[in-house]
Amino acid sequence: MSLVQNFPFFSIIIAMFSGILSSVLDGKKARNLSVAAILVTTGLSVAVLGFCLDTGESYTYMMGHFPAPWGNEIRAGVLEGLTAVLFGLVMFFSVIGGMSHTAADVKESKQNLFYIMIDLMLSSLLALIYTNDLFTAYVFVEINTIAGCGLIMIRQVGRSLSSAIRYMIMSQLGSGLFLIGLSLLYDVTGHLLMSPAGEAVRAIEAAGSYEVPMLVIMAVISVGLAIKSGLYPFHYWIPDTYGYATPTASAILSGLVSKGYIFLLIKIFYRVLGRENVIASQMVNVLFVFGLAGMMMGSVHAILEKDTRRMIAYSSVAQIGYIYMGIGLGTQAGMVAAVFHMFTHSATKALLFISAVGLYEVSGDKKDFRSLQGAGYRNPLAGIGFAVGSLSMVGFPMLAGFISKLLFATSALQSPHKMLPTVIALAVSTILNAVYFLRLMITLYSIPESGEKKHDAGSTNEPHPYSGAEKEEAAGQPGAPVKSCRRFKLAVASFILLNLVLGLYSQPIVAAIGNGLAMFD
Amino acid sequence: MSRQRDDYEKSWWKRFKGWVDGEWDPLASGMEIRVPGSKPEERVTAAPKYLTEAGTPEEGSPAKGAAVGSESPKDPHPSLYDGRGIRYFRRFYQIMSVLLCLSIIFVLLWTVSYLPVFGNAGNPDNNEVSARYIERGLQETGAVNIVTGMILDYRAFDTFGESCVLFIASCCVLVLLRIDVEVKDGQSESGLKKRLAEANDRIYEPKNDIILQKCAGVLVPLILVFGIYIVLNGHLSPGGGFSGGAVLGSGLILYLNAFGFGKTERFFTEKVYRRVTLSALTFYCLAKSYSFFTGANHLESGIPLGTPGAILSSGLILPLNICVGLVVACTMYAFYTLFRKGGM
Repeated sequence: MSLVQNFPFFSIIIAMFSGILSSVLDGKKARNLSVAAILVTTGLSVAVLGFCLDTGESYTYMMGHFPAPWGNEIRAGVLEGLTAVLFGLVMFFSVIGGMSHTAADVKESKQNLFYIMIDLMLSSLLALIYTNDLFTAYVFVEINTIAGCGLIMIRQVGRSLSSAIRYMIMSQLGSGLFLIGLSLLYDVTGHLLMSPAGEAVRAIEAAGSYEVPMLVIMAVISVGLAIKSGLYPFHYWIPDTYGYATPTASAILSGLVSKGYIFLLIKIFYRVLGRENVIASQMVNVLFVFGLAGMMMGSVHAILEKDTRRMIAYSSVAQIGYIYMGIGLGTQAGMVAAVFHMFTHSATKALLFISAVGLYEVSGDKKDFRSLQGAGYRNPLAGIGFAVGSLSMVGFPMLAGFISKLLFATSALQSPHKMLPTVIALAVSTILNAVYFLRLMITLYSIPESGEKKHDAGSTNEPHPYSGAEKEEAAGQPGAPVKSCRRFKLAVASFILLNLVLGLYSQPIVAAIGNGLAMFD
Repeated sequence: MSRQRDDYEKSWWKRFKGWVDGEWDPLASGMEIRVPGSKPEERVTAAPKYLTEAGTPEEGSPAKGAAVGSESPKDPHPSLYDGRGIRYFRRFYQIMSVLLCLSIIFVLLWTVSYLPVFGNAGNPDNNEVSARYIERGLQETGAVNIVTGMILDYRAFDTFGESCVLFIASCCVLVLLRIDVEVKDGQSESGLKKRLAEANDRIYEPKNDIILQKCAGVLVPLILVFGIYIVLNGHLSPGGGFSGGAVLGSGLILYLNAFGFGKTERFFTEKVYRRVTLSALTFYCLAKSYSFFTGANHLESGIPLGTPGAILSSGLILPLNICVGLVVACTMYAFYTLFRKGGM
């Protein structure tokens, strides 16, 4: 066994250990440690990806002295490596992009706790990606949930506490359903590791026994993870959660956390429940319908919304709908499109949240999107970043969103019964996306006619119940150009680059995704 | 037909019915709801709304816009919610949620009836996995208690994750409840809050409750010794780090209640808490990393398993049990002190 094969295990342990160490460090040291841990784990993931691409196959890694059905195990392949690299990059840029805001939003004495949450969030995401054991997955889902709650409520302003409670309740409901599903699955298969459990499921399906429990297991696991990732009818925790947390937390929660659960769901579909069984059970059709509904309703809510960050959050609902629609198509191509859109969305949504912060700080930190009028001139880089993110979400050529829409449309052509609804929904949803994103962009690049007066009029006409508390701590004066710091610029520029890479260099990535999904079987 | 009670308004049934109908909230009476943006002095306590007559909310109740922050359905425009439609909607909502819960319960019970019969020898979970745990567990892990052998050796990675769950949960409680003194100026608001909380907490201290102190004097040593016994014997008899740590933590909390913070802080402060948690988790992390690494690379770990049944046996399980026990005990104690005065 070569040294590279140890790297998935190393990266999980490094992230956890840095979280444990941070409990005795002060805020700054914890921050540096966390940044270093993210960089190191990303480097290790790159090595894993390279190794898997070289050998062209996946491998399992025994956690301890006992082989597969007895001890824990993790597994790495091309798709795992690729996801880990992308998640690491998005996490790194989100952390450094929102760093100065984290310092302002979080109390000095609690900074190290914030970075503990970040470290453990990273470790749990990596473990969800690499795990080959259902119960390990559940344990790290728990860590992920609690860390997510901590990240939301650490900014104790406005509605962040109530949104953290809402997030916790919804998320625990999802975890509970997932756990019920796992227990039922253990009862009928007798295994917790994915590969032997998958074999047992195949034997059960061949024998035709336990039909009802298998159906319930599929439903409960899918619905549980769908609640946790915010599929449409279960999306009510999303807007407040993403809208009131500190920018780094919003970017990480929207870009990565929900994707971790979707990745786990895909892995369970392929490696445990069996894709054919899931398709035969009509579960994919349910996900398909909810995905379509999410695409529409998320965009409609976003159009009705006035607060920029909540608008971006509702846009997440629509994008999660896209991903579930891809899974719901039930074909290999649909799954590839869903995974690619997962990457697109995590890169783009994090970019939108981070660059929106840059626009806020030059516009007096008001919630109403009309206060951002002309902000694109006051902070050019953030404006460009926001524009790139919006265009990518709408599906502008050269950017990542275009490729994922293209993949969705072409994969829809291969499934005759779902082609028409998919293509129509794509078209309508693209127009709806364009309505609110282009409205935002036009606002960004239009010169305010009567300057300050208009802002004030706009904000007093519709007083937001929570804008008061926010205003008190807003330090920047509207209109005055604020120099954004170097870290922020680096983050936005890298996110733009990541989007362009996903958009222009998509062929190898799509091939790698297909390759990685083939390794799942 | 029963006679209607004169004090029907105050009866349990009426209160219960009111609560079910959403007319008042038992939790709301003590809860301070601060409207962001208003001055801190303008804090209003949302009082429970009793109804003078069925369905007509009392006018001029103290909830003047106080409930804006909460998710209560009748906040900003009371008149809007007097309408019949809203009441029907609320009733519909309640009925639907109950029906939904009932249907989920029904589906799950229905599923259970299709599952393998409990305790049957031919069940799927009586397979080679549990067979090896039972037959060779003692020989491979050195632990007489097979459950401990499973959680700390066969599936130690999961258990490491579980102790990290405890760690991050205590971090979240720290985020929520710890009151910090600002370093820059001692007169700031949070510094004042901290001192007030301390004063509030110590106002009755030392309690010098003779009964409590005498009982604690007898019980605490027994509880602590018993907890240590459970932790140390985790690999020999039922027990282990999680249960023993909970016993230890409850012993500490009892001691704190009987003798006060002054005496407890002679041996257990925040510094001690941090050091103990850090060293326990670090040891767990490093020891298990070593064991995972050697295991995965098919190397000999070189940790002797000892004679099964002896107290010093079963390799890493004993020290890991001690680590888990320390983490659990510290977490329990920290939760208690944080909820009590917002600090340790």
